[in-house]
Amino acid sequence: MSEMLRVENLKTYFDTRKGLVKAVDDISFSINKGEILGIVGESGAGKSITGFSLINLIDSPGEIVDGSILFNNRDLAHLSEDELSKIRGGEISMIFQDPQMSLNPVITIGKQLIETVLYHNPETSKQDAHKKSVEMLELVGMPAPEKRMASYPHQLSGGMKQRVVIAMALINSPKLLIADEPTTALDVTIQAQILFLMKKLTKEFGSSLILITHDIAVVAQMCDKIAVMYAGRIVEYGSNKDVLYNPKHPYTKGLIQCLPRLNEEKTRLYQIPGVMPSLLALPVGCYFSDRCPYADEECKVYPETITLEGRLVSCHKVK
Amino acid sequence: MSQSQMNILKIENIEKIFEIKVSAFKSKNLYALNKITLEVERGKTISVVGESGCGKTTLGKVVSGLYQAEKGTIKFHGQDIAHKKPLQRGLLQKDIQMIFQDPYSSLNPRKKVKDILEQPLKIHTKLNKADRMQAIEKTCADVGIDLGYLSRYPHQFSGGQRQRIAIARAIILNPELVIADEPISALDVSIQAQVLNLLMDLQQKLNLTYLFITHDISVVKHLSDYVAVMYLGEIVEYGTKEQIFSHPQHPYTKMLFLAVPDIDNPVLSEKVLETGEIPSPIDLPDGCYFAGRCPLKDADCEKEHPPLVEKGDQYKVRCIKV
Ligand SMILES: Nc1ncnc2c1ncn2[C@@H]1O[C@H](COP(=O)(O)OP(=O)(O)OP(=O)(O)O)[C@@H](O)[C@H]1O
Ligand SMILES: Nc1ncnc2c1ncn2[C@@H]1O[C@H](COP(=O)(O)OP(=O)(O)OP(=O)(O)O)[C@@H](O)[C@H]1O
Ligand code: SF4
Ligand SMILES: [Mg+2]
Ligand SMILES: [Mg+2]
Repeated sequence: MSEMLRVENLKTYFDTRKGLVKAVDDISFSINKGEILGIVGESGAGKSITGFSLINLIDSPGEIVDGSILFNNRDLAHLSEDELSKIRGGEISMIFQDPQMSLNPVITIGKQLIETVLYHNPETSKQDAHKKSVEMLELVGMPAPEKRMASYPHQLSGGMKQRVVIAMALINSPKLLIADEPTTALDVTIQAQILFLMKKLTKEFGSSLILITHDIAVVAQMCDKIAVMYAGRIVEYGSNKDVLYNPKHPYTKGLIQCLPRLNEEKTRLYQIPGVMPSLLALPVGCYFSDRCPYADEECKVYPETITLEGRLVSCHKVK
Repeated sequence: MSQSQMNILKIENIEKIFEIKVSAFKSKNLYALNKITLEVERGKTISVVGESGCGKTTLGKVVSGLYQAEKGTIKFHGQDIAHKKPLQRGLLQKDIQMIFQDPYSSLNPRKKVKDILEQPLKIHTKLNKADRMQAIEKTCADVGIDLGYLSRYPHQFSGGQRQRIAIARAIILNPELVIADEPISALDVSIQAQVLNLLMDLQQKLNLTYLFITHDISVVKHLSDYVAVMYLGEIVEYGTKEQIFSHPQHPYTKMLFLAVPDIDNPVLSEKVLETGEIPSPIDLPDGCYFAGRCPLKDADCEKEHPPLVEKGDQYKVRCIKV
């Protein structure tokens, strides 16, 4: 399989008045054509900022300060804004966690879809763009798609807005799709359909998908590889099977243990003690050490990343 | 206590219709809620699940006063609030709080976290400045917001962090009824667990009542006492959690449960695509709204709209094949 994307030593920092926020701190991963990578991790871990970095949508005071993002032999970290805007929404598209970022509240969704098609395919006729938009809405399970073209975003339910955003991201058949929490507002039957669709498109067209989600069960269904992020860094990275069903890092283990399981009763859920530290006040050594049941003296130095049983992992206690 | 005293909220035959444009020149009615009837017992959690777009948020907004119903009544403390805006509800307003589905647009971007949390205290309580600060600090501790964050603006937070702020704002007034619209779907699992445990602790401590709207079936199973399953603006099945989970009867409920992703069985089969035509609330079918997707459907199902039938104690289902 050939490679679609290779990210190396990416660092995205925010230079704020209170200090330097290392939202993405030296992460590396790669994706082949036809492959699905899952990025999981707690709120604030840097998942969305990783996604934004790939298409260089970082607002000041944030900046990609180091690293490379190789996409089909181009380094996206160093492209001009002009070239990037041609790639965004065309070869690479992103489903934003916040649908507001993709939808203009004062324009009908139909018009927005049509414009997305026309911007990247100026030779397409308006009628064809309209037709394609309706088809796309139908594909993502929007009821009465033709009639809904005339709706404004606020007239749609949360899940409908999310489907419009997904349709918009898929409409130009991107080579790389970055989907940031794409199905959180959907009921499980529609979610299953959309996930199935995304997986099918990825496999059939040999495109690539980065799925950012906190839903570990969804990651289990969808992803070939998984990167677990904590406080801006990847702490475990490997195949679906290795990371989910034989996790090594104490944080990954904790995440999986937190899941409410269907065959369990109304008892308290396991919770990882404490909260993820503020990126401005990280503990000395391993960032997870103040919440980790195994932490000791050794953990006061940030652990090296090692290869163990097929995955990369950063923890002193995993040997 | 009699049943009616135990019920804090009594929703009867609520209807909500929106007029929407279907083309440049034409408008149509969209039936978002059709004759919803529901009673909510004090101190309990009733979960509302269902198809995306079936009217769950609309129901929450009607109860909290953000939308006014066209028809029907909502009795809260004996008063009908179905047609009253929040400001017309007087003291009752502070007792119903809603946590919104979208943690992005529900927080004012120009206000600091401290001001977002202080505002309801200023409006609804007589606490002095120091007491307000104390209440804010306590609530922040409860929901896990670092006090150092109080002087920040919402856009400086990740999605999950913002949702915690929204939860803090909802519980800071010690309401009686909390309508939680997907309160945890923007949160990662570890914080989901924290927030769910927190919501359950608060419920015990304060005798809170929850109307819990969610897509996450394992969470529903985890914390509900009662479950209402909605489809296209109406309730299709209602019962205790045990009834709904051990003997789901309505074909939609069954379909829903089968689609739940499960880490112990992570297959995503082509079957999910065989769902048939998804109907729309703009042109409601004559018969059963679910007929187009239903594996049990026959000619009878398309003739008449099936009623919601009471079957024994606190159990209702809307399907002629059950
Ligand atoms: N404009 C900004 N200024 C300062 N810090 C920021 C800014 N935007 C994001 N951050 C910080 O960067 C970190 C990573 O944020 P990000 O949105 O990537 O988290 P996430 O992993 O996507 O979380 P969630 O699951 O809640 O969406 C957070 O700690 C956040 O506070
Ligand atoms: N302000 C509005 N104007 C017009 N139509 C609306 C408005 N709000 C909601 N609707 C419509 O009412 C129906 C129900 O929407 P609602 O937001 O209640 O669904 P929901 O069950 O919360 O769905 P989801 O799970 O996707 O959030 C939808 O068809 C929606 O398009
Ligand atoms: S390095 Fe130490 S503190 Fe960090 S995860 Fe491993 S055992 Fe825990
Ligand atoms: Mg995010
Ligand atoms: Mg909703």
